[in-house]
Amino acid sequence: MQNNIIALIEEIKRTANGLSQINIMEVCGTHTMAIGKNGLRQVLPQNINLISGPGCPVCVTSISDIDNIIELAENPCNYIFSFGDMLKIPGSKSSLYKKRSEGANIKVCYSPADAFDFAVKNPQKKIIFIAIGFETTAPLTAALIKKAYETKTNNFFIYNTHKIVPPAIEFLLNSSNKNNISAFLCPGHVCAVTGSRPFDFISKIYGKPAVISGFSAEDILKSILMILKQIKNNKPEVEIQYDWVVKENGNPIAIQYMDNIFDINDAIWRGIGNIKKSGLVLKNKFRNFDAKVSFALKDIKVPEPRLCSCGDILLGVKKPFECRLFGKSCKPDNPVGPCMVSSEGTCSAYFKYEKYKT
Amino acid sequence: MTSSAKNNNFSDKNILLSHGDGGIKTGELINNLIIKYFGNKILNRLEDSAIINDFHNEKIAYTTDSFVVKPVFFPGGNIGKLCICGTINDLAAAGATPVALSMGLIIEEGFEVKYLEKILESAGEVLKETKTAIITGDTKVVEKNGMDKIFINTSGIGYVKGNTDITPLNIKPGDKIIINGSIAEHGLAVLSSRPEFNFKTNIISDCAPLSSLVNEMIGSSDKVHALRDATRGGIATILIEMSEKSKTRIAIYEDRIPVKKEVRALCEFLGLDPLYIANEGKMVAFVDPADTNKVLDAMKKNKYGKDSCIIGEVTENSTESAVFYNTKIGTKRILDKLYSEQLPRIC
Repeated sequence: MQNNIIALIEEIKRTANGLSQINIMEVCGTHTMAIGKNGLRQVLPQNINLISGPGCPVCVTSISDIDNIIELAENPCNYIFSFGDMLKIPGSKSSLYKKRSEGANIKVCYSPADAFDFAVKNPQKKIIFIAIGFETTAPLTAALIKKAYETKTNNFFIYNTHKIVPPAIEFLLNSSNKNNISAFLCPGHVCAVTGSRPFDFISKIYGKPAVISGFSAEDILKSILMILKQIKNNKPEVEIQYDWVVKENGNPIAIQYMDNIFDINDAIWRGIGNIKKSGLVLKNKFRNFDAKVSFALKDIKVPEPRLCSCGDILLGVKKPFECRLFGKSCKPDNPVGPCMVSSEGTCSAYFKYEKYKT
Repeated sequence: MTSSAKNNNFSDKNILLSHGDGGIKTGELINNLIIKYFGNKILNRLEDSAIINDFHNEKIAYTTDSFVVKPVFFPGGNIGKLCICGTINDLAAAGATPVALSMGLIIEEGFEVKYLEKILESAGEVLKETKTAIITGDTKVVEKNGMDKIFINTSGIGYVKGNTDITPLNIKPGDKIIINGSIAEHGLAVLSSRPEFNFKTNIISDCAPLSSLVNEMIGSSDKVHALRDATRGGIATILIEMSEKSKTRIAIYEDRIPVKKEVRALCEFLGLDPLYIANEGKMVAFVDPADTNKVLDAMKKNKYGKDSCIIGEVTENSTESAVFYNTKIGTKRILDKLYSEQLPRIC
């Protein structure tokens, strides 16, 4: 074992000694994965409890959105471009993955620019890019919409499911009678865009510690130690551990792009419900690029699968093991709830990495 | 191939890409459809090569493989080199010396002859190196857009010397697990040469014929218990299969598994796990601890084995087989089977 890690774990144990139960929530799927992959829960003292919040954008995409995207894919004139993770999510009847095997035009892309380039080269075809993600990916979508507008590429559309993180954290803090969150491990990639400021309310208004963390085992352990020190000294603040990437003011160009293209609106988070001012919608000027508007799609409320505990898991009230479906009828190859569908979902990460503890 | 879903009926309506990725879905297809109609004592073992024990008093190894890699040319090789190496390595994994191969070419109308020739030339070079030959073949051409460029099927036969007996059934607690070098290069080399992949890497496929390496390994010791070519699904998938077949538990160590820096960085960037990414020139060996050094020395003398090292060991017999992954920070977790393809059409 590396000496620096041993020393770090020892310091965490010393600092946590004498403190009561501490519930630290991470709200980033990549953190959820890194914690599982490195088995970090095994080295932490018993009074430190890591809980996973709604950090995976794929998981919080509503069933109604999936059904709408599948409807778009059923039209042979349409070409759907999507990040790979979206394909397996079950809608109420099918998934994009199954639709593709039945002949639908669904392409996996690594960059949204691929979708735009395809649209420019194929003006007779309708291209719909599934725009998903938090502040990390929203600026990329914004840049494409700007380009589509300027070049009048009218066969390019987005199915927009972009959401923003701070309102979700605020929602979690307001539900804190249920989940009892002591502190947040804040998402490094999101904060690279937004900066740390939009997260200041966590300590200023709610008096909870928060650390913006990097993604290696060492980064996460260091961030946990920073949280413990804040608790011990009773000085909650928003600190940046991932300081070689994240600055207080973030990336002003990316923020400018988002501000120019999107307005903020309410959004439905799968498993949780409506969270006020947590979604990004295209400004009126750009509404023609919105597939939901241009293809006249509606939001139809679809009930969550019975017995699925994803809502409680996303809020940090339950752990995946406490769900009756987990690992039984709900597995990565046949997911029932949203947390099992994406590789970065909480249940999927637990299924893959935390079995040793069961 | 796994035997994970023996008693289920095949539930999917259409064939999905994941039915061909070597993971759980492939296991379902094999167990519920293929074994259903063709099941027999030899096929049911589902090993890299079939061994016919009493073929006119000789022990013969026989295998087949189809190649659909996209793109056809990639850094470190092409479909021609790949289709010979793949079949040679499947034979080698049974401890067999390859003798002869067949080749079935399926080509799309319009495919440029200069590319076909280059593919055949590369295949010829590997045949020469391994002292094997194509002794029968077939060619079909499919109308334009009826398929994608070129697919190749090869099959191969080899002979197994006297008392050589290489099978997962021989794996025992204490066996050391050896690999002949760094992992995950083939899958990433193919991925990064696809046009939709817009950034450059220097990762080169490890595609190589390993018959001479294996020959030297089993020549140095009669205690090489099992071998496996770590292709689709990467070393994680094949280790899980080996632990299931041998009813043992296995431990491997993060800090001993060789992963090149660039491979690690690209995997982190794309959210891929190198343990699950295909290799085309990596052999995983289970060797009795008494002979580990002898085998390692022999491997290091071969050009495909210079970076050989021990990555783990078999810890115990257990009906609850499992592969434990010990991380650098001293924690451990169980490696799980692949639930869906990370990268389709890499071989």
